[in-house]
Amino acid sequence: MEAFILQYVDIYVLQIMVLIGINIIMALGLNLITGVTGQLSMGHAGFMSIGAYTSAILSLHYGMPFWFCLAAAGLMAALAGVFIGIPTLRLEGDYLAMVTIGFAEIVRVVFLNLDIAGRGMGLSGIPATTNFTLVWGLVIVIVLLNAGLLKSRPGRALYSIREDEIAAEASGVNTTLYKVVAFAIGTFLAGIGGSLYAHYLTYISPQDFDFMRSVEYLNMVVLGGMGSIPGTILGTVILTILPEVLRFVQDYRLLFYGALLVTLMIFRPNGLLGDVRWIDVKRTWARIRGQSLASSSSDS
Amino acid sequence: MFWQQLINGLTLGSSYALIALGYTMVYGIIQLINFAHGEIYMFGAFVGLFLVLTFKVNIFVAVLGAMIFCMLLGMLIERVAYRPLRGSSRLSALISAIGVSIFLSTLMVLIRGPKVTSYPAGIFKIAYFDLGTVEISSLQIIILVTAGLLMLGLQLLIQHTRIGKAMRACSQDLDAARLMGINVDRVISFTFAVGSALAAAGGVMVGIYYNAVQPYMGLMAGLKAFAAAVLGGIGSVPGAMAGGMVLGILENLGIAYLSSSYKDAIAFGILILCLLVRPQGLLGKATTKKV
Repeated sequence: MEAFILQYVDIYVLQIMVLIGINIIMALGLNLITGVTGQLSMGHAGFMSIGAYTSAILSLHYGMPFWFCLAAAGLMAALAGVFIGIPTLRLEGDYLAMVTIGFAEIVRVVFLNLDIAGRGMGLSGIPATTNFTLVWGLVIVIVLLNAGLLKSRPGRALYSIREDEIAAEASGVNTTLYKVVAFAIGTFLAGIGGSLYAHYLTYISPQDFDFMRSVEYLNMVVLGGMGSIPGTILGTVILTILPEVLRFVQDYRLLFYGALLVTLMIFRPNGLLGDVRWIDVKRTWARIRGQSLASSSSDS
Repeated sequence: MFWQQLINGLTLGSSYALIALGYTMVYGIIQLINFAHGEIYMFGAFVGLFLVLTFKVNIFVAVLGAMIFCMLLGMLIERVAYRPLRGSSRLSALISAIGVSIFLSTLMVLIRGPKVTSYPAGIFKIAYFDLGTVEISSLQIIILVTAGLLMLGLQLLIQHTRIGKAMRACSQDLDAARLMGINVDRVISFTFAVGSALAAAGGVMVGIYYNAVQPYMGLMAGLKAFAAAVLGGIGSVPGAMAGGMVLGILENLGIAYLSSSYKDAIAFGILILCLLVRPQGLLGKATTKKV
C-alpha cells in the first residue's frame, strides 16, 4: 500500500497523511468527550502520553508484540480516564477542564522523572510498526463505530447531556454513567493514538505531550464543528496541514496560526461544519436541482 | 525552615493571586476561561523591563507603566477577540482566547527572541532583615505590601463604588443587569482592564523577584493562577486571593519537604485533591441547580 502511494506522492506528504490519520483518531476521541457530550477536557495529550509510554515501554523493555501493546495502551489510558472521570464528572461545570489540565501536567512531570520512561531524554528506538495502511484502516473502523454510536440511543443520550443536563436527567438518562463512559471511550482512543504515534516516530519524550498539544486537539474539534464527525475530520486535516503550509512565513508561523484561530472563530463561531446538518445540505441540493430543472423545462 | 518557606510561599502566592483575580473576575461575569491572561502577565513583565532599561525608572514607576499598558492591551483583546463572540458557544470564545494567547507569546518571541532576559542588577537595592528564624528581603516586603494594597484597592472598588456595584450585578445575572440600565459592554471592558492591570503588576514583581523574564513565562503562570482561581472558588474575588496564597505556600512547602523535580505536579495534585473534597472551591458558594 505504501509503495503504491509513494508512486504518486513523496515521503513527506505520506508522513503528513499518516499524522493526519493519527490526529483524526485523537480528535474523534476528544470530540466524543467535548464535542458530543459537552464536557470540556483540556488534557487529551496527557492520555495520549499514557498510551504512548505504555506501548513503548511494553515493546522496548518486555518485547511484547505490537497488537498487545496497542490494546494495552488504549486500556491504560481508558483506565486513567475512568479514574479521573468518576470523581470529576459527577460535578457540573468546568471542573473537568481544570482537573484534566492538572492531570496531564502531573503525568508529564511523572514521565519526566521516571527511570523506566527515560526521564527527560524520552524513549528512542521504538519499533516502527505503524504504517499508512494500519492507521487509515483503524481510522475507517473507528469512524464507522463512532457514527454508529452517535446514531444509536446511547449516542442521542450523550447529545442530550450537552444540550441540557437537567432535562437529560429528567428524561431518565443516567448522566454520570454516560459521561464517564464517553470519557472512557475518548481516552481509550487517545491511548490508541498515542501508541500509533510512538510506533510511528519511534521516539517520544515528555515535551511531545505538553499543554499546547492538548490545546491543538481541542482546536481541531471546535474548529471543525463540535459533535460532528465530518467536522472533526475536516478540522483535523486543516489544522495538521496548516502549520506545514505556513512554513513559508517561517518565524511568523505561530503568529498566523493564533490570528487564524481568532478570525475563524469570529466568522464561524459554531465551527466550520458545526451548524451544517446533512438534511439541510440535501434540501439545498434538492432546491438547486429543482430550480435548474424548472428553468430548463421552462426553456424548452 | 518552615517559616522561611512560608514567607517565600506567600511571596510566590501573592503573584499567583494577582493573576488569579483577573481569571476569576472575567469568569464570574462572562464564564470565559481567559487563556490569554497569562500572556498579559508576561507582557506586563516585559513592559516593566523595557521601562527600566530604556528610561531607567524605579520599580514603582515600572509597575505603574506596565499596569497602564496592559490595561489598554486587555481592553483591546476583549474588543477584538471576545466581544464578537459574545452570545455564541463558550467553547468558541475559549478557542479565540487560545488563539490570542499563541499570538501574543509568538509576538513577544519575534520582538525579543526566545531567550531569558533579566532585570539589570542594582535596579533595586535588596536589604535582608534577619528575624531570628527567618530572613526576609526588602523585595519580598515590597511585593507583599504592593500585592496587599492592590487587593485591598480592588476589594474597595468592587464593594464601594458604582462601577463595582455594576460588576457585581453583571456577575449575578448579565441579562438582568442589562435590563436595569447597566452598560454591560462597558462593565466587561472595565473588568478586563482591572484584571489585566493586576496581572501586569504581578508580572513586573515576579520578573524582578526571580530575575528572569521570557516570552513563555505566561503559560505555566497562567495555568497555576487558573488553578488558584478554581481552588479558591472560581468567580469569587476573595477566593482567588486565598487560593493564590494557599497554592503558593503549599507549592513551596512541597518543594522543600518532598522534591523539587515534582514542583509543577505538586500544585496540580493539591488542586485535584481539594476539588474532590470541596468542588466549589475554598470560598466559593455551592450553587443550587436551577430547574
